[in-house]
Formats: sequence, structure tokens, C-alpha cells
Amino acid sequence: MAVTVRAPASTLDVARIRADFPVLAQTVRGKPLVYLDNAATSQKPRQVIEAMSRVFEEHNANIHRGVYEFSERTTAAFEEARSKVARLVNAPSEREVIFVRNATEGVNLVAYAWGRDNLKRGDRIVTTVLEHHSDFVPWQQLAAEVGAEIAVVDIDGEGRLRRDQMSAELRKGAKLLALTHTSNGLGTVNPVREIAAEAHAAGATVVIDAAQAVPHTPVDVQDLQADFLVFSGHKMLAPPGSGVVWGRAALLEKMRPFLYGGDMISRVSVAMTEWNELPWKFEAGTSSYVDAIGLGAAVDYLWAVGIEKIHEHELALVGYLLPRLSEIPGVTVYGPRTLDDRVGVVSFNIEGIHPHDVATIFDREGVCVRAGHHCNQPLMTRLGVPATTRASFYLYNTTEECDALTRAVHAAKKVFGV
Amino acid sequence: MYRDYILDHYKNPRNSGELPGATHTYHDSNPLCGDELTMQLRISDGHVDDVRFSGKGCAISQASASILTEEVKGKSLDEVKRIDREHVLANLGIPISPARIKCALLGLKALKGAAWGLTAWPGEEVKAK
Repeated sequence: MAVTVRAPASTLDVARIRADFPVLAQTVRGKPLVYLDNAATSQKPRQVIEAMSRVFEEHNANIHRGVYEFSERTTAAFEEARSKVARLVNAPSEREVIFVRNATEGVNLVAYAWGRDNLKRGDRIVTTVLEHHSDFVPWQQLAAEVGAEIAVVDIDGEGRLRRDQMSAELRKGAKLLALTHTSNGLGTVNPVREIAAEAHAAGATVVIDAAQAVPHTPVDVQDLQADFLVFSGHKMLAPPGSGVVWGRAALLEKMRPFLYGGDMISRVSVAMTEWNELPWKFEAGTSSYVDAIGLGAAVDYLWAVGIEKIHEHELALVGYLLPRLSEIPGVTVYGPRTLDDRVGVVSFNIEGIHPHDVATIFDREGVCVRAGHHCNQPLMTRLGVPATTRASFYLYNTTEECDALTRAVHAAKKVFGV
Repeated sequence: MYRDYILDHYKNPRNSGELPGATHTYHDSNPLCGDELTMQLRISDGHVDDVRFSGKGCAISQASASILTEEVKGKSLDEVKRIDREHVLANLGIPISPARIKCALLGLKALKGAAWGLTAWPGEEVKAK
């Protein structure tokens, strides 16, 4: 399968960026680390690590509680992180930014706190075969619980959403659209704004899974016309444990809380409880505040580099890798064959070698990739494969690492004699 | 890890396919990688008269199952019962990293599922109780 693509030139100073990531200087089995599993999680720059260490070393105290200086400083750092996140996705108000552990918890928050009160028997949920399990299983389970129907929109041969099918499903009426902004399995970027407009016209509420989008491309919740949008911090240079739900204030105000307990209340008596204001109504218990502060530092880092530049850099890498990878006999590449509407995710298989074996042999070459179903089993079924091998880029990856990957493909083929 | 005999069992699996007249069948999968494996036994008089497996998966899971079928064919159920996780890993004869242990044990898990309806991962039976 010949693939030729014209790639934009990267304008990133990658050597300088790499110097900020201590882990990238590590070796694996005596070989330089080639980390190409960024869709699973990203590495962390020392700016993030140090921002978190500073909290522990200089002013750690629980947030929103103490009236002493350390608690006030930690609270201020936590709320400053919220305001950075709000600016990052162009949220109209910081009140609409809720800190959770990850995108999965974000979808569950929406499914429980909005879905259970708004979806009824016979309502239709429209979603896609590209969804990560985190944006599929919560809706599947909720649908079973309340008796709603789920329509799953298919993809075409290049892994792009069947727009005709999506429009047709929405025209039949929908109460909810659960749509991934960017596919973690194939790297496809969906035309979210267009689809959201159609969904709203059909009367649907729009939930966007932006876990693979916010780290790699500019995302503007107002431009997209989303109602809810979720993402994880750990895929965007921040620590695991930091995640975000953005939701329209008008919807969040009307929703019940997701978790009950401390910090999410304004007044509790034996007989009843009044909820705290937004966003704290949805942040029960002690938040992962140091993780959230780490996310704030990650946003600073991404801004300093420039998210648009990061996107172009990743496309340059895809443009470099795709033709080289797809010309290797026996290699099948899944997903978009061009650089339009995609991110730096390249999924492939080598004929005669299971992806797990591919990844094990790659590991011996120092190359870290994901092999498996990528929490995308409906997509794997659609592609007719049990699993794929996936390389996914970020701002610190290089064309030399792409070469290491193709060398590892040849190494795997040699071991298996294919 | 990918020694010649492992690759040989992967490419030319022994006792592979459907078993006519199977008395015991069990299908299992490894959620991590989506490997699928069906183990079929024909048991009579407390002996494994015949065994076959079928499935899709990595070299480690398929080779491990293939080697296992060679071993259990003709054995008594008492002998089969004594085959445990350590035995299977030793039989494979290659170092298995923690992430690949379940690949190596899928065949044994399916065998125990077929023979005795056991559903725990070999070596984790106590934990599962």
C-alpha cells in the first residue's frame, strides 16, 4: 500500500524540549528510550515535576479549609490551575471547569449526574465506533439501565466517520450525542463543530471526549458548541490523577452532584444538605490538588511551546513515518492515509505477527509502543482484527525515532521469518 | 524469547482445530490483548483420549497451548491436575516478562476450564476464592 503525503515542516526546537524531560534520557536494555506511546500517557517535563514538588516542599495544606497561609497558598495554586485550564479550552467561566481524576471519571460524572435524570426509556443515544471504552461503556450501561437505545455510527475505509450515517442517525432524533473529538486508535479527528450543530438541531445534548485532542490541538469549547467536554491531564504532560470535565453552567447548575461528601456542600443539617456552588458542587472530598496544580504547570508548558506548533510537529512525523512504514512488505496501516484531520497516531499490523509479539520485540530495541485493542474493542471488531500495534507521537519525538521504529519492524519480521 | 521451537509451535500448532466428539469444551480470552482460545478434550475413563485447541493470539499464547496439548494427550486427569503455572512456564523454557504471563497461561487456564470448570488464572486460584 503506497502512501505519499506532503508534511508540513516542524518548527519546534526538539533538542531543547527533550532536555526538559528527564525520563527521555533513560536507556532501555542498553538502547536509547524511544517513547512512542503518548496516546496512552505522556512523559512529564521537569517544570511539571518541580511545580508539584514545590507544593509538597514549600506550602502543602488541604485546600478550601484552612484559614492559615499554607492552605490559602495551596488553594490559590489549585484555583489558578483551574483558571489556566478554563483559558486553554476557552471556557466562558472558570465555574464550568471541574477537576476529576481522568476523562473516564469525567464521562461517568456526566452519565450519572446528567444522564440518569435526563435519559428515559426509548430515548436515543448516538455515538460512534471510534469511541474509547471510556466514552462507550458508561453510555451502554446507562442505556441498559433506563431503556434507552444506542446507535453506533460507522467509519469508512480510512477510519473517518461516516458523515452521511451520522446525519441520518441524528435526523431520527437523539437525546444525547457522545462523540470522540479524536480517535485514540486511528488518530482520526472528527468534524465536531458540524456534527454538534446537527445534534443540537435534533435536540441532543453533546458530550465530547477530547482526551486525545486537548494535548495535541487547539480546542475551543465555545467554537465546538459542546455541552460537556472531558479530557485527562496525564496525556498532556500532567500527572495521572488530573482530569477535567467542562460543562455549560446552565446544565451543571441543574444537575445533581456526582459524589456526595465533604467540600461539595454549602450547609448540612441532620435533615438536609445544600450543595456548594459550581464547580465545587462536583468536587467531593479532598481533590487531587497537587495533580491539578501539575496540570496548571503543564498548560503553561504547552502554551510556551505553542499547541498549534506541536500539532504541526506531530503531523510532520506522521508525514515522515507513514510512507516509510507502509512500503514495508506485510505492513498494513489503519486509519487516515493523509494528513488531513488527523493527529500523530499510527496504527498498524505486520502480517503473521501478533501485535503483542511485535511490541515485545520492539521493547528489545528500546521502542515503546502500545499493542492491543487500545480500549477500542468495537473499533477492532470493525477493522476485523483482534488488536493493532500503535505508535503515537508528542512534541518531543523525532524522525530518528521514526527510523528506530521502522528498524524494529524489520527486526520483528526477521525473528518471525516473515 | 522467540526461540525456534516457540516459533515452530506458533506457525505449526500441534493438536490444532476442532475435536470431533469432544466431551469438554472451554473458551477463554485474555482481556489485555484480545487473545482467544478454545480448548477441547475428549475424556473417557479418567483419561484425556484426545485434545485440540483453536484460537487467535500471540506466539507465546499459541505456542504455550500447543506444547500443553502435546503433554496432556493420553494422560490421566490426576496427572493433568498436577500441571500448574510453574510447570507451564518451565516447559516454555523462555523468560516471560510480567506483562506476558497471561499469554503464557491462557492455554492452561482454558484446559482447567474445560476439564474442571475452573475459571481462575492458574496460580491465582487461592486469591480468587
